Amino acid sequence: MTKQAPGTIDDEFLALPLQALADAALQTARDGGASYAAFRMERILGSSIRLRDAEVEGVNDTEDVGYSVRVILDGTWGFAADVDRSPEAVVRTARRALDVARVSAPVNTEPVDLTPEQAHQGTWCSSYRIDPWSVPQDDKIALLQAWSRQLLDAPGVDHVDTSFLAVKENKFYADLSGTVTTQQRIRLHPEFDAVAIDPASGAFETMGTVAPPVGRGWEFLTEPGYDWADELGQLPGWLVEKLKAPGIEPGRYDLVIDPSNLWLTIHESIGHATELDRALGYEANYAGMSFATPDQLGTLQYGSSLMHITGDRTVEHGLSTVAWDDEGVEGQMFDIVKDGVLVGYQLDRRIAPRVGYDRSNGCAFADSPGHVPIQRMANVSLQPVADGPSTEQMIEGVDDGLYIVGDKSWSIDMQRYNFQFTGQRFFRIRGGKIQGQVKDVAYQATTTDFWGSMGVVGGPDTYVLGGAFNCGKAQPGQVAPVSHGAPSATFTQVNVLNTTAEGAR
Amino acid sequence: MNPHEIVESALAQCTVDDMTVLCQEHSQTNLRWAANTLTTNGVMRSLDLTVIAVAGSGAGRAAGVASASVADVSDVTAIVERAEAAARSSAPSPDAADIVAGEASDDFAQHPAQTSPDVFSQFAPALGDWFGRAAGADIELFGFAEHDITTTYLGNSAGLRRRHVQPTGRVEVTGKSASRSRSTWAGRSTRDFQDIDVADLDTQVRTRLGWAERSLSLDPGRYEVLLPPTAVADLMVYQYWTAAARDAAEGRTVFSKPGGGTRIGERLTESPLSLFSDPQYPGMQCAPFAIAHASGSTESVFDNGLPLERTNWIDHGALSALGQTRHSADLTGGALTPMIDNLALEVDGASSSITDLIEHTERGLLLTTLWYIREVDPQTLLLTGLTRDGVYLVEGGEVVGAVNNFRFNESPVDLLSRVTGASTTEISLPREWSDFFTRAAMPMLRVADFNMSTVSQAS
Ligand SMILES: [Zn+2]
Repeated sequence: MTKQAPGTIDDEFLALPLQALADAALQTARDGGASYAAFRMERILGSSIRLRDAEVEGVNDTEDVGYSVRVILDGTWGFAADVDRSPEAVVRTARRALDVARVSAPVNTEPVDLTPEQAHQGTWCSSYRIDPWSVPQDDKIALLQAWSRQLLDAPGVDHVDTSFLAVKENKFYADLSGTVTTQQRIRLHPEFDAVAIDPASGAFETMGTVAPPVGRGWEFLTEPGYDWADELGQLPGWLVEKLKAPGIEPGRYDLVIDPSNLWLTIHESIGHATELDRALGYEANYAGMSFATPDQLGTLQYGSSLMHITGDRTVEHGLSTVAWDDEGVEGQMFDIVKDGVLVGYQLDRRIAPRVGYDRSNGCAFADSPGHVPIQRMANVSLQPVADGPSTEQMIEGVDDGLYIVGDKSWSIDMQRYNFQFTGQRFFRIRGGKIQGQVKDVAYQATTTDFWGSMGVVGGPDTYVLGGAFNCGKAQPGQVAPVSHGAPSATFTQVNVLNTTAEGAR
Repeated sequence: MNPHEIVESALAQCTVDDMTVLCQEHSQTNLRWAANTLTTNGVMRSLDLTVIAVAGSGAGRAAGVASASVADVSDVTAIVERAEAAARSSAPSPDAADIVAGEASDDFAQHPAQTSPDVFSQFAPALGDWFGRAAGADIELFGFAEHDITTTYLGNSAGLRRRHVQPTGRVEVTGKSASRSRSTWAGRSTRDFQDIDVADLDTQVRTRLGWAERSLSLDPGRYEVLLPPTAVADLMVYQYWTAAARDAAEGRTVFSKPGGGTRIGERLTESPLSLFSDPQYPGMQCAPFAIAHASGSTESVFDNGLPLERTNWIDHGALSALGQTRHSADLTGGALTPMIDNLALEVDGASSSITDLIEHTERGLLLTTLWYIREVDPQTLLLTGLTRDGVYLVEGGEVVGAVNNFRFNESPVDLLSRVTGASTTEISLPREWSDFFTRAAMPMLRVADFNMSTVSQAS
């Protein structure tokens, strides 16, 4: 078990022959004629604890250690990964990367040319106070069990599913330009989901915590910051109310959307839509393309003039935050939508020049040592309005609408036009007042119509950094963590479906 | 070190009551392309070890699980120690059971099978030629080809030794007109790429882009649809993933009976269709024994090595089994029917080809694939998602043009009761879930009153 000061990189990772293997790999690549070569070694620790009705269902600890060599040979990529840490094996792997480039050359019709980046040397650690790997497993399980038991003992709760995920990610990167970086990130996500069943009808509902996944340590559960006691205390009452709540009448409503729900709408309808590789068609066979094509950069009216969207890899506790990306580019912050207009994309070094950028904004990421870096999402966030209202004030401003809290189901089409989202709980607003919950709500819209209908944006006090561990992209599939900051916001006359009516014949 | 030696080495270090060891060697090679050019590629190899240590006896048995990649002998010792420490400090496992007894299979000491870029030796040049032909025809191709071989070595302290070689491969191609206003898709699963016919994929892409030269727009509503095997697979695979017996018995899924118990025995459809898994299904063979790295509602680390055989989940229209572990079978009083890594749907008496079924459709929408399928309501298993890469209007048995895409809201369980026609079953690639599940054999289904809820502008 690691007993190390926060902010220092684990000795176990530094004890790996990082520089020696990098030197061997890069020399082999240079001798083989590569114009770019990068050696990346990673150690990824995963910890998963799952409880079912406060009993341990499954506990698993994983450790993935490996490395890869990525080259450009005569304008074609080559990539090879392995786990054997002998000097001979790393040379063999570098040669395999060169071979892959040679074999692939006949199907490559567009020479790869990277944007330049100055060389960086350094180490960086994400911001946390208590490394979860320094806390005894029994203590973690005991806390999760106590909170699960509290929910299960509450009136009306029939089942509780609990999940705790933690990741510690170490990356060492070295390339032919002289960049050598070593980084460590920690993130975790505790989730509690309660189920209530009406025995007579068999109807059931669930209510989950909306506590976000965070780039923090174990202190997220034990120290002031997130109000777990309040959320866990209120959850059973919300659940029981939801089970008895009336179904929503389908139609158009004004929606006040809480950051705990809005982050996911930002993720799907802005985050993915402004990935340049997707807009160019690189993802066309997988998750698809984007309506926000590069010819509209600087002109596309994405939403209302209140809309200011930034991308960053720098925010403290952000899940996509790094000091340097997986192509050796420094983490940055940049505008994506300003005053409602599309003004930027998320980039990596290969695609940046395709729309005239002379530097990548640092969005290359590989989810494991065995996967190739691709353009992945920065922390993409909706900025609050400096003197914007509180959530309560926004609710007061709505005559006939819904206040939506927490994310649940999500789906969007292959060009990021048509989406449909549900949530954890939906409060009916009438005459500026909350009038209890309704259920079976889904909101459905076209991206630019939806953001165009954003009439009020909340102030900084409403701003929350939400996010996910499991954003999927690329083939072979890669999973990336990303945060999204959002204030509360009001959207006018959005199409709301009743999900029970949708399923009825 | 060979994987079988790693398994023996771990077991030799066991100081707890029981131990199960899983060692898996993975090799993988892939090609990815966009707009008629290569974008990424790679080869990778990894070796992973999972040790499941069991300490205590009777009601006090607890499992400790540790997994890690393995590079040398010292890694094995560290993983065993971690698993044993976890087992000794853990509370008793709810799913505790005897580990699975058995013998050593003859092939256990064989080396792992491995793939390499050579698997593409015929496919890659044919693909390069296709890029040239496509560019000449103003077609852009986007796609992915992948081949993976995982060799699993399973051993335990009761003497069981099993080995399984699992080849998994797929190729997928999206074809777009040069303006990118028309789009279609073709995909295949394969064990070795020997059966991948690029000319056949090319024909499918060109035919469908041709159909889309005439475009029509339709409003949302309920339509009769022709769901191709890939779309049926995506819906059935999602349903399969929610078919845990324990969750159903607890009243938490579409397979729960109001008032308690499960819907096993209930008729879901008048159509004589059967949904089943079979480790020996020709062309999609999978592990004939249980492999579990962690316990959950449909798997238990104690069940590693349990023999698997053909299981009917739906038998001639009636729900006949749900996914069970030994623990959940005890709790729910059901038969022991563990989940299996393939899925097939067959309709008794279906003898039509896909082409026949289209030709015998008066008016309906022929889909290409479904995408972004997510659960909206677990009570009915209402799923939402979108049509993707081609929706074609069939009138009088002929395709008359392409229509806009739709968002659908539908339950796979409910739509089985609205099947009005089916083709013969063929091995097909579930497009959405192919990262996790590739082995599916499905018919095309014609389904009445499919709920196309809203229009999607994507094209
Ligand atoms: Zn995503």
